[in-house]
Amino acid sequence: MYRYDEFDRTLVEERVAQFRDQVSRRLSGELSEDEFKPLRLMNGVYLQLHAYMLRVAIPYGTLSSRQMRRLAHVARRYDRGYGHFTTRQNIQYNWPSLAELPDLLMDLADVEMHAIQTSGNCIRNVTADHFAGAAADEIEDPRIYAEIVRQWSSLHPEFSFLPRKFKIAVTGAPSDRAAIAVHDIGLRMVRNDAGEIGFEVMVGGGQGRTPMIAKTVRAFLPKQYLLSYLEAILRVYNQFGRRDNMFKARIKILVHEIGIEKFSGLVEEEWEQVRDELVDLPPGELERIRAYFRPPPFDPLPDVDQGFEAAKTATPAFAAWARSNLFPHRQPGYAIVNLSLKPVGGVPGDVSAEQMDAIADLADQYSFGEIRVTHEQNLILPHVRQEDLFALWQALEAQGLATANIGLVSDIIACPGMDYCALATARSIPVAQRISTRFAETERAHDIGDLKIKISGCINSCGHHHVGHIGILGVDKKGEEFYQITLGGDASEHAAIGGLIGPAFASDEVVDAVETIVETYLANRINGEHFLDTYRRVGPSPFKEKLYAAH
Amino acid sequence: MPLIKNGHVTTDPWITIPDDMPVPANGQVIVSLERWRADGAELKARGEPVGVRLSSSQLAPEIANDLSHLALIAIEFPSFRDGRAYSTARLLRQRYGFRGELRAVGNVLRDQFMFMHRCGFDAFEINKSDDAAAWHKAMCEISVWYQTAVDVRASVVRRRHYGVAAE
Amino acid sequence: MNAQVVTANRLADGQVVYFTSQGGWSETIADGAVAHDKDSATALLLRAERAVAEQVVVEPYLIQVTHKDDGDILPVRYREAIRALGPSVRPDIVTDRSGRSITTHFGNS
Ligand code: SF4
Repeated sequence: MYRYDEFDRTLVEERVAQFRDQVSRRLSGELSEDEFKPLRLMNGVYLQLHAYMLRVAIPYGTLSSRQMRRLAHVARRYDRGYGHFTTRQNIQYNWPSLAELPDLLMDLADVEMHAIQTSGNCIRNVTADHFAGAAADEIEDPRIYAEIVRQWSSLHPEFSFLPRKFKIAVTGAPSDRAAIAVHDIGLRMVRNDAGEIGFEVMVGGGQGRTPMIAKTVRAFLPKQYLLSYLEAILRVYNQFGRRDNMFKARIKILVHEIGIEKFSGLVEEEWEQVRDELVDLPPGELERIRAYFRPPPFDPLPDVDQGFEAAKTATPAFAAWARSNLFPHRQPGYAIVNLSLKPVGGVPGDVSAEQMDAIADLADQYSFGEIRVTHEQNLILPHVRQEDLFALWQALEAQGLATANIGLVSDIIACPGMDYCALATARSIPVAQRISTRFAETERAHDIGDLKIKISGCINSCGHHHVGHIGILGVDKKGEEFYQITLGGDASEHAAIGGLIGPAFASDEVVDAVETIVETYLANRINGEHFLDTYRRVGPSPFKEKLYAAH
Repeated sequence: MPLIKNGHVTTDPWITIPDDMPVPANGQVIVSLERWRADGAELKARGEPVGVRLSSSQLAPEIANDLSHLALIAIEFPSFRDGRAYSTARLLRQRYGFRGELRAVGNVLRDQFMFMHRCGFDAFEINKSDDAAAWHKAMCEISVWYQTAVDVRASVVRRRHYGVAAE
Repeated sequence: MNAQVVTANRLADGQVVYFTSQGGWSETIADGAVAHDKDSATALLLRAERAVAEQVVVEPYLIQVTHKDDGDILPVRYREAIRALGPSVRPDIVTDRSGRSITTHFGNS
């Protein structure tokens, strides 16, 4: 994992001091709310329905056990004993007081964490493949480059007042687990014909009101030019992105309006000039950062652990968990373990302080002290020996973190929605709770197979509903909560935006509607197809017919 | 309007001439880009320093060929949210080599002084009279920068690898 | 027209509060001063807005409520019900000192 040196540490501490001064100017009345709002947003502080909310950055979703323990401390000391992991690999606290925020941030700075640029019209927390450093199909660890981008984008003098927020995601593998196609910039590591490693650079993806899949602006960028190329893209966007209409200000609209060829031309022209301006890192810096992401000291182990195999045979519940919650590790004898933050009937992404402490201990015991946050609101212990899996599973069971449902119908993404969020048009969490309760039975969920349900409480789409296999969007109809359903969305390397299936459902109809969709899929499925395969083969009609037949 | 230049509140020797007012015979004047384009020859013939004021949508290339005739360029921040002027300033300094005064005008907030300064602004039109002290504070609140920009501050990379001092 | 009360978030901790007839702010909606017509609602909001300049609250605004005979006050819109009573998904976190939970307001859905 990356560790701060004196420079990184000084910056974060100075930023806390600067924010402390801004808070005291606000509390004394020197700053009005209008003046203060952009300043607090630049530091991840929102005013939500019930209280202030603080969004803490977890760059590229990597956490140490020490940091996790500190997050638990923050939940207890400054909040109400829990935190919420989001689709941007961040954690949000729902109840901190403004007056205490500077102290809270100092406690975080102490473990090399911050809330810098987790909101505002700037380059946001950089996200990456949550299997980084463990995935079998990886070309290079994307976190090296995500960390480089994190540093370059922090307090950028030129790009801190962009037309709109700006999100960058990086993957080092061909399978896209970072949803790069729905980011302002998506970076995918690729090899060219000569075998050199570089990036495919995609621009202009996004969700919200106008969902779009990113387009390739450059098929191969030699990796040493990453920063100058980003600088060129951001400069084009900063100058030409629309500022007259906040709903048209994202880079996707610029790319859409002028076309990818013209956009690409502007970027390349700018890049020709920027390349010589000392933006790119010297090799020494690249190596310095790379060194932090060396693999942990794995033990040489056989490919398959006999005890693990035996335990699966002896304990069906463990076998079910192993089937859905484990992923192959590139190191023989190890596994990637998903901790489900989606217990049946629970709040997706919420973790109590006690659970955080327990997870930190388990990470120390079984995974070299490392933890990952996924954009699907789950956690990962990335490097676990197969021989430890049974003991780990038992410990996770005791903490309510071993629901065997990763990637399945009850592994639902849901944004905070109207229960917390000031922008919401409807609640989203209760819908997730009711769906996961309806599909509580493990065997049924496993039979249904890969199915991603994603729920947003408003069109801002924090719940990624546009790219849910089943997407659910909460809307307000004359003071009542209604839910629009889209089908066929996909955030993977085959990214697609879901299509609206028909009129919205009332709150008490929406779970039945989801069940109807699932049943229709099962009735049409052939040869063990996944939901998405069936949907792509048969199209929306059978679903429409079943859903609206009675209406 | 008070002006901060080189860290001091100073009296402004420049007069901004609205487009519908005649240019006086003497004195250093700031005119709009439109006026500069229309009356450039007369303005040069006056033999007095000339400055041009750009709106935030008038980007660096639009004035790049005229820099040798100009002693000042003022760039507007219609709202602190409009960040185009950062790119304009940076390009004028770095790419087109402008050495005259680069003045931030409009909605110029102290919490943005540092970003502006790093992009090449050296004069700031401010609203509140107490902001000279604030300016100095803003200049030293953050001592670590990851990026190389227009000012003298060395980036973290240069300090890490080449032992370069902060400024 | 509906009865109205003034709500805001407290500056220092963000807590949801209601403007009382004594000119203070309470965390419980039942303590809110109720305006029954347009003019008194405007006057109430004006009075409450003084607290903005005094750094007590942020962005006060009027909400519609139903004012029961027993003095109980409940917001009309569910957004405001959630603000008054806490997140519907965390009945253990009650932000109203009456101890009422949001789930009773919404029923079981
Ligand atoms: S999608 Fe809307 S309701 Fe949900 S968190 Fe985002 S802004 Fe809030």
